[in-house]
Amino acid sequence: MKLKKRIYSVLVENRSGVLCKVAGLFSRRCFNIDSLAVGETDDPEVSCMTIVSSGDERTIEQIEKQLNKKLDVIKVKTFAEQQCITRELMLIKIKYNKNNRREIMELCEIMKVDIVDMSKHFMMLQICDTPERVKLLINMLQTISIVEVARTGTLALAKCAENDESK
Amino acid sequence: MTGADAIIKCLEAEEVTTVFGYPGVAICPFYNSILESDIRTVLIRTEQNAAHAASGMARMTGRPGVCAVTSGPGATNVITGIATAFADSIPLICITGQVNSELLGSDVFQEADITGAVESFVKYSYLIKNVNDIPRIFREAFHIANTGRKGPVLIDIPIDIQNAAISKFRYPEEVSLRTYKPTVKGHAVQIKKVIRELEKARRPIICAGGGVLLSEAQEQLRGFAEKHGIPVVSTMMGIGVMPTEHPMYFGMVGNNGKPCANRAMNESDLLIMVGARVADRAVSQPDLITRDKVLVHIDVDPAEIGKNAGPTIPLVGDAKHIFQDFAKEEFSCSCEDWRRTLEEYRRTMVPKRTPNPDFVDPAVFISKLSHAMEADGVYVADVGQNQIWSCGYASIKEGKFLTSGGMGTMGYSIPAAMGAKLAAPQKQVVAVCGDGSFQMSMMELATMCQHQIPVKIVVLKNNYLGMVREYQHYTYKDNYSVVDLSGSPDLEKLSAAYGIPFLRLENMEGCDEAIRTFLQEDDSMLLECLIDPMDLVKG
Repeated sequence: MKLKKRIYSVLVENRSGVLCKVAGLFSRRCFNIDSLAVGETDDPEVSCMTIVSSGDERTIEQIEKQLNKKLDVIKVKTFAEQQCITRELMLIKIKYNKNNRREIMELCEIMKVDIVDMSKHFMMLQICDTPERVKLLINMLQTISIVEVARTGTLALAKCAENDESK
Repeated sequence: MTGADAIIKCLEAEEVTTVFGYPGVAICPFYNSILESDIRTVLIRTEQNAAHAASGMARMTGRPGVCAVTSGPGATNVITGIATAFADSIPLICITGQVNSELLGSDVFQEADITGAVESFVKYSYLIKNVNDIPRIFREAFHIANTGRKGPVLIDIPIDIQNAAISKFRYPEEVSLRTYKPTVKGHAVQIKKVIRELEKARRPIICAGGGVLLSEAQEQLRGFAEKHGIPVVSTMMGIGVMPTEHPMYFGMVGNNGKPCANRAMNESDLLIMVGARVADRAVSQPDLITRDKVLVHIDVDPAEIGKNAGPTIPLVGDAKHIFQDFAKEEFSCSCEDWRRTLEEYRRTMVPKRTPNPDFVDPAVFISKLSHAMEADGVYVADVGQNQIWSCGYASIKEGKFLTSGGMGTMGYSIPAAMGAKLAAPQKQVVAVCGDGSFQMSMMELATMCQHQIPVKIVVLKNNYLGMVREYQHYTYKDNYSVVDLSGSPDLEKLSAAYGIPFLRLENMEGCDEAIRTFLQEDDSMLLECLIDPMDLVKG
């Protein structure tokens, strides 16, 4: 069976325990979670969860239906990747030396990466880009010593249409 | 007014008559306030049975059953009862006491994260942190439990919230939940599509599940089937939708169902599944079901449709509304030949049993018992071989057949029967269990005596966990492991200890007389039937 990737943008009541319920639903029903990002929306009572998952046709449909069944879920929007704009933020701490410093800075320039902190031996880089490019940066830095990585997971919103009826 | 007083007011506003439960310190304010109310309290002997008894009551009244237990072990004990209700979509309100809200999360005495623990078995749960939320939360909880796909709702209330003063009590008339609006009415276009398929079909069949009973659509479904001559089969939870001996009814489907019912479903060209999950015990290969037939799946829960089998026509809505809409459609369905074929199957495809004459034949006994029961009597079946015999041989007329279908929880029948009897005191209520399932709930004999709940109990005794023994017979070539029930009590002495009249039936001799005596008075009685330990449901 062919697995398809889907991005679920889930508006939920901003209450304690809701994240646990949604995450529990995925694990209990053996749905994949590739990434999950949560944050408040413009309405402080509403949070938006962006969940990246994959499955066959029936699983994809069940995920949406089971999410909709949860009483703390206000709205579920399901996208294929090409239907939305996706971004991910990553902070990455690396160890550098005078031999590779130049190379790192060039890489940062090419990849539009900011150097947000620095000490004598370490620097912290920040990238905000598509999940593919975030992954690419990690690959590029593999040859240099990576100390720590923190990623937000994918955020996504549907592309702008002439009549946006998201609200 | 305290929070506990407010809870009682809420229950009164919801016209709750009975609360099943077991107190402990964390729920004491509630049990203190309830003394001021006319609501009846029933002290059950273990918390799991409080949920089962509430379930029995809910299935009779069509309103949520209520149980109230204490924190920690009280709450964790009730989980199996909640899960049982959840699996069969029975509306329950389960109130649990909780430790002081300021101590939550510190693992103090009898603290359990019960809302966390029951998450996958409840429709919704609340942990009340503000006393003023009590009226709104109870109003919502009753609404959620008994609308859409019904189910249990748990409300966890810390003791300090029960003791806190509530500033103003007003029970809300309306519920406003932006995230919860179940679809009740079926989509008109989909309804037309179903009717068009019915016109084309030569071998249509309706498979009724428990959802039909939950939406009280028996009359509508029966009327529709009769008007158009469409045969009906049912799942285990759908037993009772049609009277067992109705000419249009062909029995229960599934791996423990009637051969003629399974054949009818397999050979149909149009299958209308209504209020059923298409789960593994009813349909062995759900994904293959649409290969040679049109599948219409009607359910109030959209997530059930397409979960196990992809339907040709999905139809979301409440069974009663949908069959009312079906009734408005004029069409003709020509399936007389099909009906005759099925009647032939029913006559010829009778499973052959070879009963041991030294024992009671459970099949004949159950048939005789159910025929002797009052027409509107309530037959409560437990779990095990006894359940399969009950499903296969009990004749249900205008009454109800209650059992734990989805979860298959042993020990369900006695507490559920107590709940049913309290809900409908004028009705005859008979619990039929095995000696394994009886011993899972026999502590409730005390509850029956204390609260004078005249439930009748049949114990089909074979000294084995028969269903598992049968499985080990077929799968492990009679290598029996942990299924011998030796050491069980003498039921005659046990009944005497509780002051409950007792009867024993050792073989089929005197069966009619025993059943007559058993059913004669509206009083508790325990009838022990000795069953051949080697008897099989699949002979």
